[in-house]
Parts: sequence; structure tokens; C-alpha cells
Amino acid sequence: MSDEKMLKTENITFAYEEDAAPVLRGVSCEVRRGELVAVLGANGCGKSTLAKHFNAILLPTEGKVWVEDMDTADENKLLDIRQKVGMVFQNPDNQIVATVVEEDVAFALENLGVPPQEMRLRVDEAMELAGIYKHRAKGPHKLSGGQKQRVAIAGVIAMRPDCLVLDEATAMLDPRGRAQVMKTVRHLNRDFGITVVMITHYMEEAAEADRVLVMSGGEIVMNGTPKEVFVRSEEMKSLRLDVPQAQELCLALREAGLDVPTDIISTEDCAAMLARLLQTGRADG
Amino acid sequence: MLRDITIGQHFPGDSPVHRLDPRIKLLLTLAYIIVLFAVHNISGMVLAFAVVLGLYLAAKIPLKVLARSMRPLLPIILFTAVLNLFFAAGEPIVQIWIFKISKEGIYYAITMVLRILCLIAGSSLLTYTTSPIVLTDAVERLLRPLAVLHLPVHELAMMMTIALRFIPTLIEETEKIMNAQKARGADLDSGNLMQRVKALIPVLIPLFISSFRRADELAMAMECRCYHGGDGRTRMKQLHVTGQDVVSTLIFCFAMAVLVATRWLPF
Repeated sequence: MSDEKMLKTENITFAYEEDAAPVLRGVSCEVRRGELVAVLGANGCGKSTLAKHFNAILLPTEGKVWVEDMDTADENKLLDIRQKVGMVFQNPDNQIVATVVEEDVAFALENLGVPPQEMRLRVDEAMELAGIYKHRAKGPHKLSGGQKQRVAIAGVIAMRPDCLVLDEATAMLDPRGRAQVMKTVRHLNRDFGITVVMITHYMEEAAEADRVLVMSGGEIVMNGTPKEVFVRSEEMKSLRLDVPQAQELCLALREAGLDVPTDIISTEDCAAMLARLLQTGRADG
Repeated sequence: MLRDITIGQHFPGDSPVHRLDPRIKLLLTLAYIIVLFAVHNISGMVLAFAVVLGLYLAAKIPLKVLARSMRPLLPIILFTAVLNLFFAAGEPIVQIWIFKISKEGIYYAITMVLRILCLIAGSSLLTYTTSPIVLTDAVERLLRPLAVLHLPVHELAMMMTIALRFIPTLIEETEKIMNAQKARGADLDSGNLMQRVKALIPVLIPLFISSFRRADELAMAMECRCYHGGDGRTRMKQLHVTGQDVVSTLIFCFAMAVLVATRWLPF
């Protein structure tokens, strides 16, 4: 991860209608290249609206949004911005355009006017990365939810974006589909340095991020590493948000009088801690 | 209900007919239909029917399928036959009350029936052997020159593609809504026609609303993937005319020429 900034919003305000209450109220944030950022928040806090500002689907009423050094309000840069920042939405059925998987993955490249030979290579590469190569000749309606969502991801990464914005991309999937999608996203982030911004309701997904932004009422109210954020569990609960199950367990154990650290948020760390606790317990007893 | 209609259905396969470039196939089908109207006698019509049956055999499509697709059109075929039988001008050979059947009448009736059979068989063969996506693609490429006249060729093809893509999704959704309404006590399967149509309203309204929402989201997802109309677009799959296509076309054109030549036969 470098210090180079990928996305930056400067005090943006946004209202869907002119005299309606603003959905975003002065949001300033930065995402660095290669980072995996999770955005949390209760329903209606403005997180999807923020996400749509990252690739100029929405333009701020006030303030500026920058993608690298491009202003999203600059219409001449529109295609460059959308090629750099790919977006995946919640419902896979509503973002697949073509009747065959590989044709859908090629859709963005066809729009960008990539020559056919190069397109074939990039489409195959994107399908391999998303793990759907073997389904390339199938119709999208024959695939499971997780597979469809990976087709949508492949369709976006075929553009070779620098940044991927996932707007609750796992919300409609079953646990297996969710695991498949998260594995693909981690792979893209770690091995290809693609910056990821993911909006999610699942605290376990957020716990894996490099940084967590918590939104409430159109503002960013918390910003830090998952540990820094989840430690403030009382505050999280007041925002109608959960903390990861692992941490919930640790807090309960601590309340019961056991000497448990407060900053455990991942399931693996929690399991290791419990094993240690049981061993020392046995040694003591 | 919808499942029984075979017109427009696709039977995948790997015959020369299937492999033929879809643009050529579309044009040859049009040529065949035009030639059918240039042929005026029974021998020509029989030959034309033989040509199309031969193509069905080559494409390995069971003739049963063809027969099934003709069944709903049987009344029209019979009506045409009867009309031609009684109303053609000529020397009557049989006369029943005011109805006269002439030699010409019999002749025209047979020609007409054969022509309709050829029309159905020929146009069905196109859709049987070409997948809808490929056909859409072919239409777009063939009509591309008309874009100069500001005909929205790309937009029409895009709409066809999206419509095809969403057919299975919407069928699934309709079933889901029907089940949901049935679970709330809706009665969709009984009553007279009016009652049934009325019972469908609570199915259709949610279906429409959700379709509009889908369209909205799809438009946004397309924009996210840099969709900006047909300008400067390329296609991954290119269509190439192969040597085999040329040979097939030549054979077909020869057959068409023979068909037109039957005009000068005496019967």
C-alpha cells in the first residue's frame, strides 16, 4: 500500500432533490492506492450515495470528488473515470447485460472500443481471475447467485480498473456465494493491488479490511483500522451497528471476569485466544 | 401454453446449415421467400418444397418439429385452398349448385398450399438453426449501413439482446409473484375468462413495478461499464465468411435459379 491517493472527497454535500434534506452532509475522506476499505452504516445513512460519487454516477451538490487527479465533474474524463473505478451492485441479475457469460464480461471492453484480439485475451484473463472461466459459455440464468456476482465482477475487472467499489455486493447471496465473492475480492486486492471500497452490512467482512469508515446521518463518524473502530463497541451499538461475533464473545467473557484482550475481531484470533485460555486454565487448575 | 409454440425456437446443432454465417443465412432465407413468389407452377413449387425439406435433413431437424409448427396454421392453409379452389376463373369441370370447380382452381389451390408450406418451413429453418443472440448480431451488422439514415440500428439490437437476456429472469419472477399471491389466497386458475384476467392484475402490477426498478439498475450498471451508445464500439466475436459459406451460397443460388427457371415449364 502506498501513500498515493486513489479516491478523495472534499467536503461533499448531496441531495437527490433541490429542496430535500441532504443525504450527504460534508463528507471528506481519502482512499489510498491498494487499500481495502469497508464502509459501514445503518440503512439510509448515505453509504450507497457516497459510493455512487466515486465513479461519477452522481455528482456532488457541493464539494469535489477526485479520482487520482481527475475531477468527477469533468465530463471529458467521464469514460476514463469509469474505467478506473469499477462498480458492482447488490443484485447480480440487474447488472448482467448479455445472454452468455463471456459476452457479458466483454461488454465494457466493447464499449471502450478495444480491438477484438486483445479483448479476447482480457476477457479470458478476467474470467480466470474471478474463477468463472469454466462457465463462460453458459447463460447467466443457469448460474448460482455467487457465480452471477462473480460474472459481474469479471465484467468490471476486464476494464482493468485501479479501484473496485462494491455496493453491498454480497447482500443478496447465500453464505457460500458470499465466501466465493469475498475470496475473489481479497485475491484482487492482495495479489493485484486493486484498491477496494466495499459497502457492507457484514461485520466479519469489515473486520478483514485495512480501514473502516462508519457513516451515520450523511457524515463519517468513525474512521480507523477495524480494531480501532470495533473497540468502540458501545458507540457502534448506539449507531445500530453490530460488532463482529468474535469480539462480541470476547466482551462477554471479559464481563464474566476473564482476562481477555478487547481488540480481538477476527474469528482466527479469537479461536487462538480461546485455545490459549483453555490451556492456561488447565495448567492453573 | 407458451411452451407449445415452436416458431422462433432454436435447436442447437453442428450441421453445415447451423454453421453458415448468420448474415448469409438471413439473406438467403429472404431470397428463398422472394423466389417462392416468382414460381408459378406446381412442378416449381414441388421442387421448392423438396429444397427446403433437403435442408431440414441436412440440419438434422426432425420433420416432426416442422409438422408441429404448421399445425396452428392449418385453418389458414385450408381457407386459402378452398378460396382458390372455387374462385379461380376457368372452364368448370364439376358444378355443385352455384359453386364451380375448374381445372385452374385445383391447380392454383395446390400451388398456393405448397407456397405457404414453403414459407413456413423456410423461415422456421432460420430460427431453428440460429441462436437468437447470433441472429440479433446478424441483424445489427446487416442493418449497419442504414445508420447513415439515422436509423437507431445499434439501439434496436441492444434492446433485442436485453429483452432476450431478461426473458428467463422475468419468467422466474412471475412464478415467484404468482406463488406469493397464491400463498395469500389468490385464485388464479379457476373462474371464467373475465375472472381469470382480473385475477392476473395482482400478478402483473408487481411484475411491472419490479421491471422498472430492474431497468433503472441495469441502466446504471451499464453506465458504470462505460456504455455510451453505439459510437466507437467494437465486438469481441467477429463474423467471418469462410470458404464453406461461399460454396453453400453458390449451391443455394444455383437451386434458386433452377426454381425461377421452372416458370417456363408448361405445367
